[in-house]
Amino acid sequence: MDAVLQPLQYEFFVRALGAAIVVGTVCAVVGTYVVLKGLAFIGDAISHAAFPGVVAAFILGGSYYVGAAIAAIVTALGITYVSRRGRLRTDTAIGVLFAGTFALGIFMFSTIEGYVADLFGFLFGNLLSISPADLAGLLVLAAVILVTVAVFWKELLYATFDPLGAGAAGLRVEWLEYGFLVIVALTIVASLQAVGIILVVAMLVTPAATAQLLTVRFARMMMLAVGVGIGSAVLGLYVSYWQDVASGATIVLVQTAAFLLVLLLGPRTGLAGWLRRRGVAAAGS
Amino acid sequence: MSGHEHTEQPMTTPPGTHSDPHDQPRRLPSERQLPRVDAAIDAGHAHAHADAWLADVTVGYGDRPAVEHVSLAVEAGSLLALVGPNGSGKSTILKLMAGLLRPWSGRVEVLGAEPGREARRIAYVPQAELVDWQFPVTVADVVMMGRYPRLGPLRRPGRDDRRAVTAAIEKVGMAAFAGRQIGALSGGQRRRVFLARALAAEPDLFLLDEPVTGVDATTQEDLMDILEGETRRGKTVVASTHDLACVAERFARVAFVNRTVIAHGPASLVLDADVLARAYAGHLLVVAGQAIPIDDAHHHDQEAPGETHFHDDLPPHRH
Repeated sequence: MDAVLQPLQYEFFVRALGAAIVVGTVCAVVGTYVVLKGLAFIGDAISHAAFPGVVAAFILGGSYYVGAAIAAIVTALGITYVSRRGRLRTDTAIGVLFAGTFALGIFMFSTIEGYVADLFGFLFGNLLSISPADLAGLLVLAAVILVTVAVFWKELLYATFDPLGAGAAGLRVEWLEYGFLVIVALTIVASLQAVGIILVVAMLVTPAATAQLLTVRFARMMMLAVGVGIGSAVLGLYVSYWQDVASGATIVLVQTAAFLLVLLLGPRTGLAGWLRRRGVAAAGS
Repeated sequence: MSGHEHTEQPMTTPPGTHSDPHDQPRRLPSERQLPRVDAAIDAGHAHAHADAWLADVTVGYGDRPAVEHVSLAVEAGSLLALVGPNGSGKSTILKLMAGLLRPWSGRVEVLGAEPGREARRIAYVPQAELVDWQFPVTVADVVMMGRYPRLGPLRRPGRDDRRAVTAAIEKVGMAAFAGRQIGALSGGQRRRVFLARALAAEPDLFLLDEPVTGVDATTQEDLMDILEGETRRGKTVVASTHDLACVAERFARVAFVNRTVIAHGPASLVLDADVLARAYAGHLLVVAGQAIPIDDAHHHDQEAPGETHFHDDLPPHRH
């Protein structure tokens, strides 16, 4: 019990805990759609694309949230535009823009003289160093994202499940797609401080993927994803505090462990399912 | 919408001769029951009575056309089958009507407006292969999606919506499966569910891509009974299919498609060896029944076994 309560006397830890819960929630909600839409790779590309924005904000002395958001949104829309209008497959467009934007970030980074610890924070994340201002920015972003999803969840669901049927019935599928990518970009920006550019895709994808192994209902999948997202963020944060290891990586490892556990033991793909099916077969014979 | 008394009209007019759709006032329900006027008076008449109207439409994917010079008028209240070989453009024509594809050239009008304008009066059902059956939704969830467009953002499904969903699920005989995840259903049950979604939307125009493909005989009969019932209430149904026997038995009208409309007429056309040869032999001929020049020689509006107007004097399609 002391292991849980002791760190709470530090303000920085309480901030980190708040950020972990908010990021875990937002990533799981948005990640549910990301997984169902098959956009995991796009999420990875958008997060890497945020890097030059962060570096530019650092050089210009602006808010890193704004820099990252601009870079992420431009890339998200760029990928969709290139793959829609161009003659390229989406994964090709992603491959090109993903590496190109990240290279731009590293190039800009290398022009900065001296060692800049803050930027490494964005690459690998550090929840424990989150400032009150960062936490406030995170809360605003999270509120915008969650309200948007709350308003458009039905339309997003229909357009994800059956874009043709939804489009024919009058939903603006193209706008929903662009709008959703903006939401993904904002989610990634909100999560950068927690897990960093390299690992943020895991926050989006792993909890939702774990939830998908457990249920066949959409609403339940989202709730389970939120549970896994919050749980692994909090657990990972504590482990990183006590073991003095990188918080972002620890959180992602906890999520990955949860996923593997469910995969191997869960009711649909793992041991539990196998036992149940065997039980049914035995009862039937 | 209600039934339509007028009988046959020339199904389309050649491009350029029809009156501009936007010059015409929107049809009122009562106008739809006007007795048939002499087609010679009004070249735009078939157009005015069509729920879906395509004139000389060419469209495709990338830079390759999928269908060319398609002209077709689907009369309100009709039960029309689109038939043709694989890749002939049946799905493309349905997507044009659904407003999912913009024509490269030619004109499309659906429910008296630009495609997409009357989208909430349309229910489109895609081919089964295009659906992700592992998606975490139940039968009831899918059918409720039919109500989403009319709800709009912010509004949650209410009692009317739930009632419509329940009624639609019962109508297709899936009440016992309402809570099932869609991946756990058989092929026929999946088609039933998607028809239920279309019914729940209470549309005026059903656009169904292969609604009875790969289903058992009972399901086919059930689904066709439902569609027939809808057309009797004045709704319009356009469905693509491969099953010529089903077309002959259950559909009222048929359009043969092979990169363009080869022939369009009563369902008995499927028994016409000549039409079949043209639709399925891979010979691409410029439309017969559709692009009929308006001159005396061609003003034979009687349906009869005819209504397949072959014009071999027209130049064959270039490819």
